Amino acid sequence: MDVELLSRIQFALTVGFHYIYPPMSIGLGLLLVIMEGMYMKTKDIRYHNMTKFWVKVFALIFALGVASGIVMEFQFGTNWAAYSRFVGDVFGSALAAEGIFAFFLESGFLAVLVFGWDKVKPRTHFIATIMVAFGAHLSAVWILVANSWMQTPAGFHIVGEGAMARAEVTNFWQVVFNPSTLERLSHTISAAWITGAFLVLSVSAYYLIKNRHNFFAKQSIKIALVVAAFATMLQLFTGHSSGVQVAKTQPAKMAAFEGHYETGPADLYLFGWVDEANNKVYGLKVPVMLSWLIYGDSKTPVTGLNEFAKEDRPPVQIVFQAYHIMISIGMLLILITYLGVFFWWRGKLENVRWYHHVLVWSVLLPHLANQIGWIAAEVGRQPWIVYGIMRTKDALSKTVNSSEVLFSLILFTAIYLLLFLLFLFLLDRKIKHGPDVYEEGDDVYSQQKYIFDKN
Amino acid sequence: MFEFLDLNFVWFVLIAILFTGYAILDGFDLGVGALYLLVKDDNDRRILLNSIGPIWDGNEVWLVTGGGALFAAFPHAYATVFSGFYVAFMILLFVLIFRAVAIEFRSKHESKTWRRNWDISFSVSSILIALLMGVAMGNVIVGLPVQPDFELRTTLLSLLTPYPILTGITTVALFMMHGAIYLVMKTEGELQAKVRGWVNNTIILFVICYVSTTMVTLTFFPQMIANIKEYPILFIVPLLNMLAIANIPREIHHGREFRAFMSSCASILALITLFAIGLFPNIVPAADPANSLTIYNAASSQKTLSIMLIIALIGMPFVVAYTFTIYWIFRGKVRLNKMSY
Repeated sequence: MDVELLSRIQFALTVGFHYIYPPMSIGLGLLLVIMEGMYMKTKDIRYHNMTKFWVKVFALIFALGVASGIVMEFQFGTNWAAYSRFVGDVFGSALAAEGIFAFFLESGFLAVLVFGWDKVKPRTHFIATIMVAFGAHLSAVWILVANSWMQTPAGFHIVGEGAMARAEVTNFWQVVFNPSTLERLSHTISAAWITGAFLVLSVSAYYLIKNRHNFFAKQSIKIALVVAAFATMLQLFTGHSSGVQVAKTQPAKMAAFEGHYETGPADLYLFGWVDEANNKVYGLKVPVMLSWLIYGDSKTPVTGLNEFAKEDRPPVQIVFQAYHIMISIGMLLILITYLGVFFWWRGKLENVRWYHHVLVWSVLLPHLANQIGWIAAEVGRQPWIVYGIMRTKDALSKTVNSSEVLFSLILFTAIYLLLFLLFLFLLDRKIKHGPDVYEEGDDVYSQQKYIFDKN
Repeated sequence: MFEFLDLNFVWFVLIAILFTGYAILDGFDLGVGALYLLVKDDNDRRILLNSIGPIWDGNEVWLVTGGGALFAAFPHAYATVFSGFYVAFMILLFVLIFRAVAIEFRSKHESKTWRRNWDISFSVSSILIALLMGVAMGNVIVGLPVQPDFELRTTLLSLLTPYPILTGITTVALFMMHGAIYLVMKTEGELQAKVRGWVNNTIILFVICYVSTTMVTLTFFPQMIANIKEYPILFIVPLLNMLAIANIPREIHHGREFRAFMSSCASILALITLFAIGLFPNIVPAADPANSLTIYNAASSQKTLSIMLIIALIGMPFVVAYTFTIYWIFRGKVRLNKMSY
């Protein structure tokens, strides 16, 4: 196999594995703020117990995010050296800013969040929780700035010729607020909130089914439903604005999303199969709906794939399917969330057993949508690594050969598989163990000092 | 003598500061990891692990940010070194991952086998991280086969020559000493008595390594002191280094661990300063000096360097503030509780 394919598989594997964790940290971070805020407001010890349980889960998720994230910071240099040389002037700044502004904030206050319960006052602890959540969101900002610049590069000019050519910043704010940053950031953040909310929903529903930790489960499920109700709606709007933005800035990607070959009024497929050999799509469609969604007018033409030379098109089938599955899952999540809101309104939320079973398993849906959404976005950008500027095949490290990449790919595959299984094992144990219970009237803060328990 | 005071120089210094922050902070928690298997009792091991529990990942952020800053300020150096040391870096990433999860996973399950395996992973990966970083620095001192187009290709075996191995072992010894001193501050009773023994042994080990590395460097790599010869005022750095190292056993003898720890931090600062002075103005010296990556030919544009400087000036005061706050909150002896590792 060639270096390009192996390097792309390795990047997809490492970033895909990494991206299991950050959305959970971001979403759960927000929920922790709400939960501890409830404790600060009500002084009800049960909210304290609730927060503490989720903090432990958060710590586990965060650790895996950090471990898998280190690889991402260095992999541009190891495998994509030509890319690093070409974009370092622009792209490196965003990564460095992420480190300086977000990672230090997160990791510093995480120490207080996890280990500082008996070291600081409750109010200080609450501030630490807010800071961790804020830091998690901030890191999403910078990494999305970096990635969005690859999709819709702006605020730079090319200096030099041939192998020594590179992109240099002309306007930093145009780099930061490039045409797709805000749409893609809001879309990603709301996806992360949904991911966190569904994790809490799933665990709470599990306890309701098992009839354990009743207060915890009933309150957690409501807090998470409120977040999910807000975030799924936001996702609908940000998804729409992302779509409009893609149509305007990356027409080849939009055309691939819908398998749209001939320029003209475009249809919207609910599902389908692309026949790439004959430039056709078979499936169920709503005629001219895509034109209407993008331009608010059913007659406005949408650029088709035929406008692009073969070597400038992304692989259509993968992108089409990923995009449609993502949207279907998004709709399904809205349905599940508002079904819960409906049951809550009817006062039946705690009793509808089948719905609890649905919630337990639906934790997988946001993850699937996250992964597949990124596949749609990144494969849809191909064959470019920086859209319209640099091709993926020109971005590789010149001195790394395929057996070396194969070695590292095998290494990462093995270790990530192991880590993922162990993560599930520990998460499962944590959930089955449930929250530790401190009774009303216990002085939680002093009780924790000087306990030398063996486990 | 300030003719070199420009943005490129400032960034060379800032990146050296980030890596110094990393070496001082992660240095002691890597050292704790390297010494970790010397205690056998589960509770004692947990005390060691939790002495670095709240801070180790913040310490590692210095490395991540240092890498990001190198990418932004000197993209050619970032690309050349990381792709040129491909296999070595992959092994480094592998052990960094393993160490992080070992700390997190280790105490989450009571099984003896589980804990023993993660204990070994934690300790071995801590040693390997220190060793690999020392080896990498040694290779940079020796000089690398960089081509005129900045491309570099090495194999793992070509990196493992005697001098880099010596700098690697010196790094491990330095971090073990640094970690042992840190542990004296965080432990009490019998465990502390044991740790005090490690301090004495690791000081001896480090001094032997330090003296040998210094002599070999002066003999075979005189270019590392060319800048000091040109600007004799810089001779103050190796002098301070020797004083700091000599001060460590003195403070330990008087039972002043915190001062000993500060001396150990100062010696790491001085060592990295010496390394940086030795390289300057190169970042990646090539075997053929014409191909060396310098702070000029490897750098980003002046515009990016100035934007980055603004980012650093805004961000770094916060970073320093968090770091001091966190170390202040978690000062004192380790106490285990339900949230501990």
